[in-house]
Amino acid sequence: MSEWQVAAIVMVVCIIITVARIIIGPGAPTRLMAFDTTNTLVVTSMVIVAMMTHNRPFYIDVAIVYALLSYVMTLYVAKYIQGDKF
Amino acid sequence: MAPLNTLSYVFIGIGLFFNLVGSFGLHRFPDVYTRLHAATKCTTFGSIFLILAVIVQSAGIWAVEGDSSQIVMCIHVVLALVALLVTNATSAHAIARAAHRSGEKPARAVVDDLERKQHD
Repeated sequence: MSEWQVAAIVMVVCIIITVARIIIGPGAPTRLMAFDTTNTLVVTSMVIVAMMTHNRPFYIDVAIVYALLSYVMTLYVAKYIQGDKF
Repeated sequence: MAPLNTLSYVFIGIGLFFNLVGSFGLHRFPDVYTRLHAATKCTTFGSIFLILAVIVQSAGIWAVEGDSSQIVMCIHVVLALVALLVTNATSAHAIARAAHRSGEKPARAVVDDLERKQHD
């Protein structure tokens, strides 16, 4: 078992903990914040998976696109929560 | 490359520790602002160190074997890190502002300067 497999398992545990906060968290801002944290952890996990399976740089391209798209999603949901018109 | 491998193990350890601390911070703190503080800072710091470990190990493989695909890996990982660093801080700011404007109160807060500024 390589060091990257251990890192991937620990990251999955972190993601499960933050997803529990999405499910139980009271109110929309707490859920949005937990979702944003989960997105960061998923991007890092994709980088770890790219390193775990040798010579697969396309996982990192997926991670870059995922980071930027989840950022757009977070900004729009935050705008919706604070009650702005689009 | 034993020293580089040891360095990457240390970086992986630091990164995983801070990611775990940030995840537990989501459950330990009382309201959305303190949770945001814990989660955003710790996961950003942990991600920086995990990506540094990837860079160190890829550079080590490239230095030994001369495999040019490792350099592609390094550049793409740095791009992912830049995207994370910019978007994490900005989205944390947006979430905090949205939470305050939607009427979410800080737990056990004595003074709320932002509230007073809006009433003046």
